[in-house]
Amino acid sequence: MFETLSIHSVIHVAVVLLFPPLLLGAVNRTKAKFGGRQGQPILQTYYDLAKLLRKESVFSETTTWVFRFGPVVGLATAFVASLIVPMGHASAPLSFAGDVILFAYVLALGRFFTMAAALDTGSAFEGMGAAREATFACLAEPVLFLGLLVLSRISGSLQMSGLLGDSVAGGWATSAAPLLLIAISWFVVLLVENCRIPFDDPNTHLELTMIHEVMVLDHSGPALGLIMYGAALKLFVFAGMIINLVLPFGTGSTLVDWLVFLLGTLLVAVIVGTVESVIARLKMAEIPKLLIGAGVVSLFAVILLLSYS
Amino acid sequence: MNGTELILWGIACSALSGVPALFLSAKSRAGQAISVVLNAVGCGLGLAGVWSFFANGPLPVVRFPSPVAGFNFTVAVDGLSAFFLVPVLLVGGLASIYGLQYWPQDKGMPNARRLSFFLGLMTAAMALLVVAGDGLLFLFGWETMAVSALFLVAVEDHIAETRKAAWLYIAASHFATLSGFGVFALLYSQTGSFEFSTLPNVTSTAAIFMAVLGLFGFGTKAGLMPMHIWLPGAHAAAPSHVSAVMSGVMIKMGVYGVFRTASFFPEIPLSWGLVTLAVGTVSAILGVAFAIGQHDIKRLLAYHSIENIGIIVMGLGLALIGRATGRSEWVLLGICGALLHVWNHALFKSLLFFGAGSVIHSMGTRELDVMGGLGRRMPATATCFLIGAVAICGLPPLNGFVSELMIYLGLFKTIQAEPASLASAAAFAAPGLALVGALAVACFVKVYGIVFLGAGRSEEAAHAHESGLAMTGPMFVLAGCCVLIGVAPLLFAAPLEQAATTWAAAESGTSADISGLSLASLAPLVPVSIIAAILIGLLVVGTAVLLRRVRTSPSSLTWDCGYAAPSARMQYTSSSFAQWLVDLFAWALWPRVHPPKVDTLFPEDTCFESHVDDTVLNKAVRPATRFFAWLFGLSRYLQQGSLQAYLLYILVIVVGLLIWRPGG
Amino acid sequence: MSELLLDPGLVVALLINFYILTVTRLKQVVYGVALQGVLLGLLYPVAHAGFLPRGEPHSLETVTTLRLIGLTVAIVVIKGWIIPRFLMKAMRIADVRSRLTSTVGIVPPLLMGGFGTAAAIVFSRSLPLAGGHASHLLIPSALATVVCGFLMLSTRREALGQVLGYIVLENGIFIFGLLLVEAVPIMVELGIVLDLFVGVFVMGIIFNHVSRAFPEASIEHLSSLKE
Repeated sequence: MFETLSIHSVIHVAVVLLFPPLLLGAVNRTKAKFGGRQGQPILQTYYDLAKLLRKESVFSETTTWVFRFGPVVGLATAFVASLIVPMGHASAPLSFAGDVILFAYVLALGRFFTMAAALDTGSAFEGMGAAREATFACLAEPVLFLGLLVLSRISGSLQMSGLLGDSVAGGWATSAAPLLLIAISWFVVLLVENCRIPFDDPNTHLELTMIHEVMVLDHSGPALGLIMYGAALKLFVFAGMIINLVLPFGTGSTLVDWLVFLLGTLLVAVIVGTVESVIARLKMAEIPKLLIGAGVVSLFAVILLLSYS
Repeated sequence: MNGTELILWGIACSALSGVPALFLSAKSRAGQAISVVLNAVGCGLGLAGVWSFFANGPLPVVRFPSPVAGFNFTVAVDGLSAFFLVPVLLVGGLASIYGLQYWPQDKGMPNARRLSFFLGLMTAAMALLVVAGDGLLFLFGWETMAVSALFLVAVEDHIAETRKAAWLYIAASHFATLSGFGVFALLYSQTGSFEFSTLPNVTSTAAIFMAVLGLFGFGTKAGLMPMHIWLPGAHAAAPSHVSAVMSGVMIKMGVYGVFRTASFFPEIPLSWGLVTLAVGTVSAILGVAFAIGQHDIKRLLAYHSIENIGIIVMGLGLALIGRATGRSEWVLLGICGALLHVWNHALFKSLLFFGAGSVIHSMGTRELDVMGGLGRRMPATATCFLIGAVAICGLPPLNGFVSELMIYLGLFKTIQAEPASLASAAAFAAPGLALVGALAVACFVKVYGIVFLGAGRSEEAAHAHESGLAMTGPMFVLAGCCVLIGVAPLLFAAPLEQAATTWAAAESGTSADISGLSLASLAPLVPVSIIAAILIGLLVVGTAVLLRRVRTSPSSLTWDCGYAAPSARMQYTSSSFAQWLVDLFAWALWPRVHPPKVDTLFPEDTCFESHVDDTVLNKAVRPATRFFAWLFGLSRYLQQGSLQAYLLYILVIVVGLLIWRPGG
Repeated sequence: MSELLLDPGLVVALLINFYILTVTRLKQVVYGVALQGVLLGLLYPVAHAGFLPRGEPHSLETVTTLRLIGLTVAIVVIKGWIIPRFLMKAMRIADVRSRLTSTVGIVPPLLMGGFGTAAAIVFSRSLPLAGGHASHLLIPSALATVVCGFLMLSTRREALGQVLGYIVLENGIFIFGLLLVEAVPIMVELGIVLDLFVGVFVMGIIFNHVSRAFPEASIEHLSSLKE
């Protein structure tokens, strides 16, 4: 299952540890440009993390160990998930038959504890955020799995590294329509899983309308830093999956492949920023419709693939 | 003494475990202690027998004459029986230990002697049922189990609701028993013997009837979706450790019946597999959807049993599809996933019911919305419940993940089949299972968060107390088993393969041969352990680093967006947490909402209520029974009470008989 | 070339079906329907060229080519400009609500549309079709579009929603028509367009009357006309 400790694995882990906060910076920069502002430095997230890790934490009297455990689980699970997704046109460090399911479930484990930590504060706002997160996850999960089904049929593999590997390039030649539909649906999943507009707007002044951000209201100091880094990591992982899907072509050179991959994820971040700038947040009641719509589209993709290739 | 004899002695010991107490005073602590010890010893003997089966291979078959002249009872322990015996004996024994503090005889709990007696009897009956090698002994065990469970559900028979639940249970249970009679009568008609064997052909009407009766009759006992009506009420009404046994083990006897019936057929038509898979998927999705709408903790857990039985049946459906299409990989992954989920569900569901019992014991209510903050006051219960909750959601690194992973792998393999065929449709169950997983996460975050986290919502919650060792001990054992299976699944591959081979080894014509395959080569059992190790390592290191690095400033209130005087009643309740999902599934759940009426300028205090009742029971079964009651009520017009009228009836019938000439 | 374009075009048409079933703002639905109409209009010459015998794609006579261009333009203009304009005008005149509402919610019809599409694809594989047709998505997308139109018709409360559903249904029939372009002359093609036009016209009249008789253009009020 484990690649021998190749140069790829080292780069993979290093990138996962260092690169993700840049994406948040890219998103913010894009939004600033659209708003006609200068915008914060692109490295701002790194400064924020460094500052948060030095700060002290306040814990509410209501909370128990679950509250402190939540951010750790959230980050650890996102980290394990990031080791499963192939990057830079090479196999991921953790790769075995069935790791696709582990990918989804390990993220669910993180979600479980993030939501439990939110409920631990006893705040109605955070309970509300947890309820919304739970609901939208229920709608996003089938979309993810329908996409995995398409890729697994195209590649004949059950490993993430196989699913999102070379076979995708061949897949674009034989069954482009399903792959395109899946890429679109996964982008919707990316937006909802990472709490982006049109699903969630962390920047509003009203906690009542938030999803993810309201769940972590009570965290502070290093714990908040872990959550922020975890969020960046999650965005990076999903962006990586989409880049593997739409740019599955290798050049043969490790360095170039990695550059293409990282620039690709930055591009995804820019697209996310653009979407956030040009679209308004949906009404809460409209969100399930969009997610179910994405589900129907990916169901259609699976049917199309099964029937016509 | 060989293994079979050990098991039989164990069964006898458990069956009679409650008898001595019947001769002692109703408030005798010693009486209960004796019955617990006897039952535990019986279960221990049985487990020793199972161990000898797994360690040393097949056990001798024992036959002895049955009360029905000319027929023998056969006791034959094969891989499948041994596999099902483990949860029966483990949970049965632990439940009776748990009862020592949960339902103490000397504290004047109602009908405590009866409870001990029937708990032992039911454990023995279930053990007998799974080791039975023929239909007669199977039915003997089955009916003993069903009737014992009736008395266990009705322990608190002074409560009207409990009596109602018990009646509904026994009605449904007898439907299952009747189907069981049908299955074995048909088996006899086809093979000339009640002993379990393979049918000569699969296309005969009798074989099809047998399959239908097997799936729907035994499915009633198992709690598959349209036939689940008895399950929530009975589980909620019974004492918690009885619910644990019923949910953890008794409904698995229905699953065992379905598995056994499926093994009688030499080959399986594809349509049977697809139907089974579809029934399982529907059951899983709707079971968890109904669970989310509940705010009675035990009803909620009961609906989760429906969900998990659905997952088990999905695995079975996949295995049947594999047999129909000759894909041995699908068979092995499907059946091993289903079987392991039988164990897993027995472990975590009993654990959760024990935990719920511990909470109920301390709170005196099953209502979720008055609990809260119990995690501080009941740390052991909270920890065990958390392990059970994570396990039932199928999350790594616990046991639920391993069994669901196998089923997922099998389902993903169906879509890779070349060329795409009808069997590939099975793959659509995979997103369904993903939906079930996400819904289960939502539901158990809700339960755990509402019960154990936050601030207490009532006086009782503020003064809750931790349960004693007799109650927490069994929970820790079960939680340990959950972790063990999740962290080292490879240890259990051998018994799984053995049971799977037994199941699939029908004298197969075209059916897939799985004996050459090894589970470890198909499912990533070793990587699962490694991932579990990585995950646990990361968590430990992360927590340690965070705790060391964090300097805590004086703790304060929850920030709560600046609101300075939050009260515990302002927290999100279970109903509000679930509202979105209940609305999304409103087409199936039919939630009932009673909004407050405000018609004056200065309204009085008012209340809002919403609840999710069982749609099948209320919208289908109740109206149907009411219709039949009305229909048969019509015959009352004949009952006029006057002698002349009765004489007239006699005359009419005599004349009628004179005129009617059969066959003439 | 044409075969490469036809299937993706139909896939997009099917996606527009889902879009129409999802959105509730009347304007968006009208745009969606118009877009679908234009797309189908553009697919018409594609389908025409696609079914001609291979090897002689350039041997179209001038008259045929002109007819092809003329019809395409006609279809695109009618479906993409006249009908949407008509609907928009009706919206303004009748002062209807800007959102469609549904009798059973938005999600169930959407899911049913998805399953209907799946069923259509599966079903059309079992049909005995001519060799050239089986490989295309024509039949399934025609069926699926008809199903989606029917779902719109049967679930939307407002009269305008019904008109739009009817147009989607007609689009489905139009896709069926694409199958026949090779064999059947202009009659069928014009018939399709006219059919559509008449349908809109009739619905428009009814709708105008409804709006005069009742303050809101909701067909639920029609039930009060029964005795």
